[in-house]
Amino acid sequence: MRLNAVDLHCRRGGRDVFAGVNFTVASGEALTVVGRNGAGKSSLLRTIVGLLRLARGRLTLDGGDRELSIAEQAHYLGHQDALKPSLSTAENLTFWAAFLGGKAADQSTVIAQALDTVGLAPLASLPAGYLSAGQRRRLSIARLVAVKRPIWLLDEPTSALDVTAQARLSGLMQDHLSGGGLILAATHGPIGLSRSNELRLDPVTPSFSDSFFEDEAVDATEQDGP
Amino acid sequence: MTALAAILLRDIRIAMRVGGGALMGVLFFLVVVTMTPFAIGPDLALLKRIGPAILWLAALLASLLALDRLFTGDHDDGSLDLILMGRAPLELVVGMKGLAHWLTTGLPLVLAAPLIGLFLNLDAPAEGALVLTLLVGTPALTFIGMIGAAIAVTLRRGGLLLAVIVLPLTVPVLIFGVGAANAAVVGPVPFGTPFTVLCALTLASLVIGPFAAAAALRQEME
Repeated sequence: MRLNAVDLHCRRGGRDVFAGVNFTVASGEALTVVGRNGAGKSSLLRTIVGLLRLARGRLTLDGGDRELSIAEQAHYLGHQDALKPSLSTAENLTFWAAFLGGKAADQSTVIAQALDTVGLAPLASLPAGYLSAGQRRRLSIARLVAVKRPIWLLDEPTSALDVTAQARLSGLMQDHLSGGGLILAATHGPIGLSRSNELRLDPVTPSFSDSFFEDEAVDATEQDGP
Repeated sequence: MTALAAILLRDIRIAMRVGGGALMGVLFFLVVVTMTPFAIGPDLALLKRIGPAILWLAALLASLLALDRLFTGDHDDGSLDLILMGRAPLELVVGMKGLAHWLTTGLPLVLAAPLIGLFLNLDAPAEGALVLTLLVGTPALTFIGMIGAAIAVTLRRGGLLLAVIVLPLTVPVLIFGVGAANAAVVGPVPFGTPFTVLCALTLASLVIGPFAAAAALRQEME
């Protein structure tokens, strides 16, 4: 399996977030996306799963399931934890496991194993509203374990995690890679992968501002024209 | 458990838990209808005549009350991102969320209506007709309302905008709902004609609502 990106452009609110991004990630490979704040790391991940529109460029997946889109074969771990405070830890995970299409023969064992993997098994019946930031993060990570999907898109996965949990997460990522999965992670620091390629995103700097304003003028006349 | 059953069950469960707000609509409904006789006075003939209209208006406002939480909850905690990425068609997922919303906010109104109708001097046949119109009409309120809820999802305080968008669209439902209920109370128009139109409005909204709401959600994720 191979994820190819050719000449990706993303535009938000009339501003180029990133432009001309190329990369390739194959099975068993990890790509860390680095760059300053606002360089477009999160936007790149959201673009890949179709939550942001691609302004220009091509994204293809070779060797995946042809019936499914890239988003449907990917896990996205964003800044938000997608947890309901009034549901218990186990209920939150059970819902996402069922919704994201994990048709496991025995759902409850899968849930129990996934909770055990992230160290939340003793808190299974506690409402998620009582969890700490790091525990909430771990519960989101349990989603990646409970439902098997080949592509992992992780947006600063280690934030709020303690040292033990970070080590456990890097173990999970190694397992995922050795099982033929691929990982894209936006990060500011090391995430504990022994071997990974790096994609550096540079912000589209103000030195481009002249051409940027020209673009705007052209866009505006095009919109007003018809 | 399939994805659609999972989301239906989850939404019902959240609504029933503390802070879910399933009973807020019924309480609001009860308060509005109870206040009416105090405002109008103890004229039993007048109360009986305007009773169906008051109940319908209160039901409309009560179902509007909880609508702004239909998608904003999922938007604020990032669940909507994952829902959009899911393999289940967004239209069906949105339809399931609407169904869960109606079961927890619309259905209690229908069940409470016979009791509350007593405050407005409605007799048994009138109450029967009223409950039937509410049972058929409140799903239309939810499914028309979900379009506004999807449009206002990214706004911080979208509740008022939601009311402005949704209320005009619910005018036909209100006209034929009250029309059918009134026909049973005062006659001389047959009950069947406005009631059939109400059924048609509900069926149309069940189809149009999820598609329009799903389209609005997709647009807004940009």
